[in-house]
Amino acid sequence: MSNIITVKKGFDIKIIGEAENEILTPKVESYAIKPQDYIGLIPKMMVKEGDRVKAGSPIFYAKHNEKILFTSAVSGVVQSIKRGEKRVIEEVIIIPEQTQDYEDFGKESLASMNREDVLEKLLKSGLWTLIRKRPYAIIPNPDSSPKCIIVSGFDSSPLAANYNILLRGKAAEIQLGVDVLKKLTKGNIHVNVSFDKTTCDELLKLQGVEINKFKGQHPVGNISVQIAKLDPINKGESIWYIDAQDLAIIGKLFATGRVEKDRTIALVGNEVKNPRYYSVKLGASIANIVEKNVNKENNIRYISGTVLTGKTISYDGYLGAYDNLVSVITEGDYYEFLGWVLPGFKKFSLYRTFLSGFLNLLPKQKRKPINIDTNLHGGKRALVLTGEYEKVLPLDIYPMQLIKACIIGDIDLMEQLGIYEVDAEDFALCEVIDVSKTDIQQIIRDGLELMRKELGE
Amino acid sequence: MKLLRNILDNLKPDFEKGGKFPWLHSTFDAFETFAFVPKTTTKNGAHFRDALDMKRTMTMVIVALIPALLFGTYNIGYQHFLSLDPKIGFFDEIWNNLWYGILKVLPIIIVSYVVGLSIEFGFAQWRGHEVNEGFLVTGMLIPLVMPPDVPLWQVAMATAFSVVIGKEVFGGTGMNFLNPALLARAFLFFAFPSSMSGDNVWIAEKADAFSGATPLAEMMAGASIPTHSFMEMLLGVMPGSIGETSAIAILLGAILLLFTGIGSWRIMLSVFVGGAVMGLTFNLFGSNPYTQIPFYYHYVMGGFMFGAVFMATDPVTASQTNRGKWIYGFLIGVMAVLIRVVNPAYPEGMMLSILLLNVFAPLIDYYVVDSNIKKRIKRWKMKGGENV
Repeated sequence: MSNIITVKKGFDIKIIGEAENEILTPKVESYAIKPQDYIGLIPKMMVKEGDRVKAGSPIFYAKHNEKILFTSAVSGVVQSIKRGEKRVIEEVIIIPEQTQDYEDFGKESLASMNREDVLEKLLKSGLWTLIRKRPYAIIPNPDSSPKCIIVSGFDSSPLAANYNILLRGKAAEIQLGVDVLKKLTKGNIHVNVSFDKTTCDELLKLQGVEINKFKGQHPVGNISVQIAKLDPINKGESIWYIDAQDLAIIGKLFATGRVEKDRTIALVGNEVKNPRYYSVKLGASIANIVEKNVNKENNIRYISGTVLTGKTISYDGYLGAYDNLVSVITEGDYYEFLGWVLPGFKKFSLYRTFLSGFLNLLPKQKRKPINIDTNLHGGKRALVLTGEYEKVLPLDIYPMQLIKACIIGDIDLMEQLGIYEVDAEDFALCEVIDVSKTDIQQIIRDGLELMRKELGE
Repeated sequence: MKLLRNILDNLKPDFEKGGKFPWLHSTFDAFETFAFVPKTTTKNGAHFRDALDMKRTMTMVIVALIPALLFGTYNIGYQHFLSLDPKIGFFDEIWNNLWYGILKVLPIIIVSYVVGLSIEFGFAQWRGHEVNEGFLVTGMLIPLVMPPDVPLWQVAMATAFSVVIGKEVFGGTGMNFLNPALLARAFLFFAFPSSMSGDNVWIAEKADAFSGATPLAEMMAGASIPTHSFMEMLLGVMPGSIGETSAIAILLGAILLLFTGIGSWRIMLSVFVGGAVMGLTFNLFGSNPYTQIPFYYHYVMGGFMFGAVFMATDPVTASQTNRGKWIYGFLIGVMAVLIRVVNPAYPEGMMLSILLLNVFAPLIDYYVVDSNIKKRIKRWKMKGGENV
């Protein structure tokens, strides 16, 4: 059974450096778990530097719920625990061994397991942390249950990885993963795919799920937009979601009893020589991937995640917990003489004050990929223009009003304006087109965190 | 350009904290960012941003004002010479008209910018902010809604009043709720009525014998139709404020604003619809001659067109929601025509109508947003949620 759902608003930004259809397997010399990838998490360490761990061994647990374990992707030695300001743990770095050694979580058949057994296996293996919930985009409380679970089967962000390639050959695992999810909820399992891009049987032939085909431009791939169309979140409700690739990891655990956090990622961006796919494990160092594959040594930015929402990392940094993309783009720390006056043939703008802005009127298939850099293109100002965010936000939300409610920290107003229905990433395009250069995603994230702290989950 | 960049880089430390002139930091920054788009890069969130910034946005509005400014300048000269010699043709004295106009308009523009920008720079420095570009537009709008003979000291006072009381006390551009340029005009209108009304102020140094009445004043005095033909009023060959006479020149600006997407088409369209609805209503039920003129005469008389295109669309003081913009614009059109026709004291309804709706815009938005909130609560209750 499949539904076709059309999202009208939004915009696909095409950028130079999309990955080619080829998967390489690089040698990765170190792995890391970064507690800060998990929103609101305070880690409690279970290992020390120098300890030996197996793939699936616990590294730390969540302070707010000690049942939630975070486990190693590989077997090896804990090389260092890096701390930042106020001794916050930033990275737990693990050096892998030649031959991999796995914790055994048992191969009991799924049919004979009940919800508690499944939960326990997911929590112990650390794969519970692959599931997130809305509102707040945090790891769900295992004692709660959602009204439905969404399997995210495509990404509409600029330069996003192609899920037809990411999921290649993982059909059985994904199906088993779906069966696991069915033990967790009485609600529907939605598999959300792209109407025009998703062609792989790995998703389209899944059994026992509701397949929704989404048509439209970014942010059509965002969970909030999909939820708004399928079953909007009301106060007190929650929805869980998981990436299709991560579902395969869960499927594999139940098939083999091992934690194998395989993740295919794409290396993309206008500063990458040969943008391609790489088969790695969760938390892999990007050093060997980007080495000799970028256009210049300095003045480029490495991002774990998309150019809209990702985190800046160093050239030897580590892949983020929920990312399947490494974007590399030009740093924009240059002055531009009278840059705000020029006609702008080559500038990126969604406004038609630049001549290049007219190119955006073309249908998305005809638009050419563009070059981007990280220049802010102007100074920060008070919010002046109105009616612009609405053009790229396909939600029944008043963005300007919600942003202002977040700035003043009025939780009643935020709730009334629909904060539960959004996440920071939904405002990425608003942030890109904002003439006042406001950091809107940060404002929304702070607003969400304030809600969570004041009201609990 | 390297030379200029080097000079700026050398000067920069002097204006920073601990330098020689830290109290001029905002001023230096304003000039530096005028010459060069800064090298600041993204830190949080989206890693790349649209090339459009506030400077260019505001510049677009100024460019859109140029046709009205040029035509207005010429027309001031023409109206002056016409009052001396009623037989003179529009193109008979091109250079004289233009030169006379420049001599009248340029000082007003200079006074408006100097006074306004000094206050803006002062406040930016005091707050430690960057100088906001909002006044670049306001500083041009103020001269364009002034009568050509307005004394310069009055322009200075009105500008100072509108920037300080209309804008800065609320926190500067983006925080004000009244359109600063209209506030300047309203200030003069009520503080110095002799400079802003009557038949003598709309033509610069008018010859006494010549009637300088604007079409609005004629209608108010009971004429059945203005002396100027519809075509003359459309083109703008009539007495009036500097920039507001020519509907055609203003429409050229409107095309640019709509083309670039800077001006709100919802507001512009709904102002015209509102004006038409009120005009037609008067046609049906009115009794005096003013109520019987065709509704499109209202578009070309006085400041209706200028207000609809440049004043009502100010994003800061207009409604911020799309649905609110329809209501806001519509009511501006209705009120403008209503005040013109019914109110005996004020010939020009556009200014007061926009200021009035500026005040009501937050209320309109409140109800528009409230309907969204109610919808959300209703959805929740249907799911069995408790009362909020």
